[in-house]
Amino acid sequence: MADLLDRAEALALPYVRVRGRSFMAMVVTPEAPTATWFAAFDQQMGRAANFFADRPVVANLEATLEEGGTDAVLIVLDGLDARGLRLVGIEGVDARLLAGTRWERLPKTLHGRDVALEASLPLAANSETPASPEPALSAPSLLIDRPVRSGQSIVFEDGDITIVGSVGSGAEVIAGGSIHVYGSLRGRALAGLRTGAAARIFCQKFEAEMVGVDQLYRTAEHWGAGLHGRAVQVLSDRGALRLSTLD
Amino acid sequence: MSKVMVVTSGKGGVGKTTSSASLGAALAQAGQNVVVVDFDVGLRNLDLVMGAERRVVFDLVNVIQGDAKLPQALIRDKRLETLSLLPASQTRDKDALTEEGVGRVIDELRERFDWIVCDSPAGIEKGAMLAMRFADLGVVVTNPEVSSVRDSDRIIGMLDSKTQRAENGDRLEKHLLLTRYDSARAARGEMMKVDDVLEILAIPLLGIVAESPDVLTASNVGSPVTLHNPASAAARAYTDAARRLLGEDVAFSSARPPQRQGFMSRLFGRKAAAA
Repeated sequence: MADLLDRAEALALPYVRVRGRSFMAMVVTPEAPTATWFAAFDQQMGRAANFFADRPVVANLEATLEEGGTDAVLIVLDGLDARGLRLVGIEGVDARLLAGTRWERLPKTLHGRDVALEASLPLAANSETPASPEPALSAPSLLIDRPVRSGQSIVFEDGDITIVGSVGSGAEVIAGGSIHVYGSLRGRALAGLRTGAAARIFCQKFEAEMVGVDQLYRTAEHWGAGLHGRAVQVLSDRGALRLSTLD
Repeated sequence: MSKVMVVTSGKGGVGKTTSSASLGAALAQAGQNVVVVDFDVGLRNLDLVMGAERRVVFDLVNVIQGDAKLPQALIRDKRLETLSLLPASQTRDKDALTEEGVGRVIDELRERFDWIVCDSPAGIEKGAMLAMRFADLGVVVTNPEVSSVRDSDRIIGMLDSKTQRAENGDRLEKHLLLTRYDSARAARGEMMKVDDVLEILAIPLLGIVAESPDVLTASNVGSPVTLHNPASAAARAYTDAARRLLGEDVAFSSARPPQRQGFMSRLFGRKAAAA
């Protein structure tokens, strides 16, 4: 009977789906002496205040533990926390060491691989502009070798989209970078979600309903019949959207 | 090897039911064992178009829910031994259809027939989704006007993503059946041309059925046009389409053959089609 009830309950409950997603976490490795390291850290962050905003941070405390023992580890963790860093994990420290502290529940065995990122940190004292928090990733792209049909939405925030085929009326293509259409563009194309004004839209045959680059957009009524059916590129030129023929 | 063929369009009123009945009858006339299944639960029409409305006892929903066995619900055509109809329920709605139930009925039909023609309801909701779910090939019925073409484009996208075949990574054949075509109006620019539709939809052409009173007459007397008036242009178009489905290479004759336009005329010769 209990078994039957369990089964009935199992049938009534929806199936829970879990999706995977990868994030870029920052890894900080405090060095001894701790006070000096924090001073340098504060100075650098002063030039890029939002560098760590909303970014997951992993602390590698192997060196701290080696130099200063358990107490130093706790001091460093409190110091990072006080600076608003969102710790999501700790490396280089035995899990038992933090038992009973408020860091107890942070994961100690995170898997990941390093990505070169130091370049975007404002290290040099004479760096004028605060570095963008955007990591310098290699440029990924998405290739679609069939038509994008009406009602379909292709969103690829990580980079460029190349479509071998047409984009139908009522379809939309949204890219972090540029959009290349080897066919007719009849629907919407919005480029530059991530790269901003550097992105462009290219198509072999321009019959679009809407195009946009870096928050600028135009609907079909804004451009003349002269572009219709031509090979066209769309780019952001000093704050204005520019459409020109390629042929 | 039986084939499940969905006749679909997205838009209503373009000729799905007429084409389902006519293609089904034409395939049956070619000696194939055919069943035409009405998926338009709640708004059934196929029984009328096939002249079987007085013979419906059980329907698709009854079979799915186990109230009737499949042979009890199948109606054999009185004119054509090899043509059968599985009617939809008029009193229920699309929620009475379940994926598991439809799959079971299709499997059972596969054992009895060469061709299972699924007449899809309009729209992109549950009824239309289940009509295409188990299809091996899709016939997309389109009128030469912009709204019908865009809806067809949407449906082609769904055939490529929502069918069991697509989800298994298999290819699903898609064919375009252009109906209510008027070559004189197309020539005057009042209607989209065959080439324009083909260029937008980018699927192979199965047939062109010209706008014709023969089709309406046939529907009204409850007989597929291929049976009612086999000599008519519309009947020949459906018969040719059926032969193409059977793998024959049939030249396009019932309407102007689709020629590729020259580059310059394609570039500059486009006119907005009157809807």
